[in-house]
Amino acid sequence: MITKKDLEHVALLSRLELTGSEKAMFARQLNDILNYFQSLDCLDTENVQPTTHVLPLQNVFREDWVGQHTSRQDALANCPDRQGDYFRVPKIV
Amino acid sequence: MPRYETVIGLEVHVELKTRTKIFCDSTTEFGGEPNTHVCPICLGLPGTLPVINKKVVEYAIRAALALNCNIAEFTKFDRKNYFYPDMPKNYQISQHDLPIATHGYLEIDTQKGPKKIGISRLHMEEDSGKLVHQGTITTTPFSLVDYNRAGVPLIEIVSAPDLSSPEEACQYVEKLRTIILYTGVSDCKMEEGSLRCDANISVRPVGTGRLGTNTEIKNLNSLKALRRSLHFETERQIEVLRAGGRIVQETRTWDEGKGETLPLRSKEQAHDYRCLPEPDLVPLLIDRQWVEDIRGSLPELPEQRRQRYIKDYSLPEYDAAILTNTKELADYFERCVRAYSHPKAVGNWILGEFNRLLNLHGIEIAACKVTPQNLVSLLRLIDQGTISGKIAKVVFAEMFTSGQAAEAIVKKKGLVQISDRHAMVPVVEKVLAGNPGAVADYKAGKGRALGFLVGQVMKATQGQANPELVNKLLKERL
Repeated sequence: MITKKDLEHVALLSRLELTGSEKAMFARQLNDILNYFQSLDCLDTENVQPTTHVLPLQNVFREDWVGQHTSRQDALANCPDRQGDYFRVPKIV
Repeated sequence: MPRYETVIGLEVHVELKTRTKIFCDSTTEFGGEPNTHVCPICLGLPGTLPVINKKVVEYAIRAALALNCNIAEFTKFDRKNYFYPDMPKNYQISQHDLPIATHGYLEIDTQKGPKKIGISRLHMEEDSGKLVHQGTITTTPFSLVDYNRAGVPLIEIVSAPDLSSPEEACQYVEKLRTIILYTGVSDCKMEEGSLRCDANISVRPVGTGRLGTNTEIKNLNSLKALRRSLHFETERQIEVLRAGGRIVQETRTWDEGKGETLPLRSKEQAHDYRCLPEPDLVPLLIDRQWVEDIRGSLPELPEQRRQRYIKDYSLPEYDAAILTNTKELADYFERCVRAYSHPKAVGNWILGEFNRLLNLHGIEIAACKVTPQNLVSLLRLIDQGTISGKIAKVVFAEMFTSGQAAEAIVKKKGLVQISDRHAMVPVVEKVLAGNPGAVADYKAGKGRALGFLVGQVMKATQGQANPELVNKLLKERL
């Protein structure tokens, strides 16, 4: 059960500012989603290994060889704010 | 008033010396122009997929084996979510519940003898980018970001809370550093940030079983900072408890200038990382044969080497410890010993003049001009009586700067020891005639006067006289 307090905590971690009515709405929606997933609880998973990946693949490696770099111009092309050679972001303390 | 004891655990991050980053083929080279060692993967662009660098796994296993860890058969990566622009994806790819290695240890020396410090886990992760703050961090509204370092491979080595003092913590880091350097997987340069350290520390009344509430100290970029901050934090926590307060679990930063730790942010909140299995990377099944191959390729580690030096070369504990402190020094020593059968003499020279000049000139062994063969030739010249030990130091200094062979320098500068009786007699007689006071002192039973007279003869010959001969000639005449 997602309480209002849980919701506020998750919103803070996601840096979302929510109004009172939004909080109520999202808490209800998140509970609906969790309730829906709860239907999985009726399955017997006694002998099932926890899933760590959905693909039946392991050990996909690359060798340690240097490849092509992105030019700085391209690297910075889509950033909303830059200064000189750097990305510029609001200070976060 | 109860007495308190300190409990410390360390998290050490070590940058691996691979050519490329952990999940993409961008270079790991240090010091490039900002945002040039990047590609769509380490910039976190949508639609890109990370792929693990095999060398990173190999190096992690290598370091883990050297630290006596168990290597997992099954390991995977996780996303660690946090809101900070040093990572372009807003999460760091790390390992959460199934790290590559666990249950290791290393040994430190305490006054009560060797002490095993547990290593709870060792895992692989990506380094973050660098934030550059304009002006002071408190006044500027912006941060500038350079993603060159984002994605550089790290291993994080987490100790058990087995350390009981700041001194033990420093020794643990030094030992860890030495071992990792031997394995060759990292430079471990604290000043350049390729070895970084965070400390968890709590205090409790002596005899209490339970751990006290701990704080985490960040920003420790030297052993001095580690030691000082842990001392400060121990005192601070004891003071809070004695005043009836309680320790707040939090992250604190070390302020070198003020010499104190300051609260950074509330740990409960900031550490809610919501780890989830990384869907873009498939798990790893670590082949046992691979692990054994890596184990087989490990060099002899410092502890074994130290024991061998004590046993096979009869070196004192102290000499053996310093000689094995770096692989380069120990290798140099062994190359000398292979050509010359007095290990103690070689050790004395390396720990004495050799180290002194290396430190004085800030030179690494690899760049030193004196080859092991040349050092051995110098030692042979002393053994043969061609030069005295005193002159040898002069010759060595010349070898160190010019790289010339000992014999050539001795010949060029005419430094051959004077062992010729006929050449020495007049000098000795002149010194005796010139120092009647010392002669009288000696005859009156003051043995120390002889030392003075020997010194005078040495001075008169610019140190080239054979000291044994001088002693003998003086005694014959007194």
